[in-house]
Amino acid sequence: MKRTAKPQLPALAERLIYSLAAVVLSLLLATIVMLIAGYDPLKAFGAMLNGAFGSANAVANTLSKSIPLMFTGFAFAVASKGGVFNIGGEGQLYLAALASAVTALALDGLPRAVVLTASILAGMAAGGAVGALIGAIKAKLRINEVIVAIMVNYIVSLFASYMVNGPLKAANSMTAQSEAISSTYLFATVIPRSQLTTALYLGIAFAVLIFFLFRSTRLGFNIRAVGENAKAAASAGISIAATTIGVMALSGMLAGLAGVTEVLGKYGRFIDGFSPGFGFTGIAVAVLGSNNPFGILLTSLLFGALEAGSMKMSYVANVSTNMVMVIQGLVILFVATPEIVSQFVRRKGGKRNG
Amino acid sequence: MDNLQYIFSFNIVLTTLRFAIPLTLAAVGATICERSGIINLGVEGMMLVGAFGGVLGTHLTGSPWLGVLFSIFCGGLIALLHAVLSIRYKTNQTVSGVGINILSVGLTVVLTRVVWGTDGISGSVTQLSTMSIPLLRNIPVLGALFEDQSPFLYLTLIIVFAAWFFMYRTKAGLRLRAIGDHPRAAATVGINVRVYRYVAVVVCGMLCGMAGAYLSIVQNNLFVNNMVAGRGFIALAANIFGGWNPLGSFLASLLFAFAQALRINLSLPIPDQFVQMVPYALTLLVLIGVGRKVKAPEASGELID
Repeated sequence: MKRTAKPQLPALAERLIYSLAAVVLSLLLATIVMLIAGYDPLKAFGAMLNGAFGSANAVANTLSKSIPLMFTGFAFAVASKGGVFNIGGEGQLYLAALASAVTALALDGLPRAVVLTASILAGMAAGGAVGALIGAIKAKLRINEVIVAIMVNYIVSLFASYMVNGPLKAANSMTAQSEAISSTYLFATVIPRSQLTTALYLGIAFAVLIFFLFRSTRLGFNIRAVGENAKAAASAGISIAATTIGVMALSGMLAGLAGVTEVLGKYGRFIDGFSPGFGFTGIAVAVLGSNNPFGILLTSLLFGALEAGSMKMSYVANVSTNMVMVIQGLVILFVATPEIVSQFVRRKGGKRNG
Repeated sequence: MDNLQYIFSFNIVLTTLRFAIPLTLAAVGATICERSGIINLGVEGMMLVGAFGGVLGTHLTGSPWLGVLFSIFCGGLIALLHAVLSIRYKTNQTVSGVGINILSVGLTVVLTRVVWGTDGISGSVTQLSTMSIPLLRNIPVLGALFEDQSPFLYLTLIIVFAAWFFMYRTKAGLRLRAIGDHPRAAATVGINVRVYRYVAVVVCGMLCGMAGAYLSIVQNNLFVNNMVAGRGFIALAANIFGGWNPLGSFLASLLFAFAQALRINLSLPIPDQFVQMVPYALTLLVLIGVGRKVKAPEASGELID
């Protein structure tokens, strides 16, 4: 796939303005949709803000909803730096979630630290394996990774679905889900009676790790080199195949953590079809955060807030909760289309000067 | 024994055809689009918009045929967005497709609530009625193909043939294929690459819109949240499995529809999820070169200035 020409936006501040502009544009369009539909946009956005940040519990909810998105965002960003378009986050996180649930259930009775660690690692390994497979198909067979990853997404999530509809299905359960994992082995909640768990700290820790990976390690350098110019990297002695497979393994592990933290944080079991498309939304999160780990923390927070606030918006202003998806879809389209956004930024700037 | 009886009954042919209709329409659309060198991951969303448009058009006019026309219009419109972004603004085509899918899920539900006041499900509208063809319906066994069938069955067959004829028997079709393989060379000999691509993407959207209308106002009489349920991606798979060829897309859709017909009507000894995997697994195998080798348009996703 050919890369689109990047506009000249070198400084971090400029990229921030640029992402903000994409969000503002999307919100403007969403406002227009609401006006045409006869809703009160002020009331709707007010309710949304209130639902996302209005109380300690609302904030906890926002943060909790941002956790899977930051991991799928990291996953897409890391692969992206290595020149791979990882649209396979969904499959990676499903297999990871399954592996972590199975591990935690199998080790029941062992000390908490052992089970939690093993369960997280098992999930990362499973996600990483799915990622590495896609990377290997790309690197060894020279096949575009996008279609491969989409097929793998379906195959893997259907497999996980089979497991919890069949061999791993909880006894006496109406729905397709695994047995419940003992609460001893789950992430601790940060705020009582909320879904916000210490998985958040894991997300922040990984943001720091990823930052240093690309700032000061050989591996990070190699990944970037292959992503930016594979031919030059190869002539400098970097193995393109090994790097592609490696970066996809890494990306799969990160996407896997989205599944792991949902299982060991939110649900305490594997539930069939638990992800509403975290893998795909992660693409938006990463692109909007310009593939920067701290940028991704911010954008996942934004998307988490949209999700968390949508319920309140729905019953206060009568707007469907799916308005959030309209906004997310628009954000993706705008942020991927630099030309429109920079025209918008320039026009705004021009007005202010004049 | 029931299973065997079913497999050898004519019923399975009819069921397979019915399941194949939406897949075929969308897969042929994807073939036309991708042959022009524009990647379209938004097929799923375009079908969804078509499904919604079909119900809305029928609701507003009372006529399911006008509903079908409106679904084609809506599908074309959302595809035009993909075309403008991909061609005019050089947006990454994969990202644009993902964005369109998310936007479509959101927009259709938001508008359903606006029109019908309910979340995720529309009110019911008039269904497109079936038709029988005189004389032909009296043929033994095969007559069932002409008795009480949806007009979409015949439309789909005509579209498959027309798309194949266009692509392999006309000058414009030859040019379209040339653009997908060597856009620069095509431009050098004076072909207007942009126009071909715009038309190809929009036609794809129109076919996806029709495919969506089949789901909402032919098989059903209402719109339900996310009712396309992955069929867009199966159609994309059919396009690849069929080797980016309209006839191939049709045959692949038939194969995938056959698996679906078996799944729904038989008590198979294999778990349901494994039967559902068939389209994806077969496509993956073909992609990695097991069995027949398929070839994507050489310049897939490549833009020229």
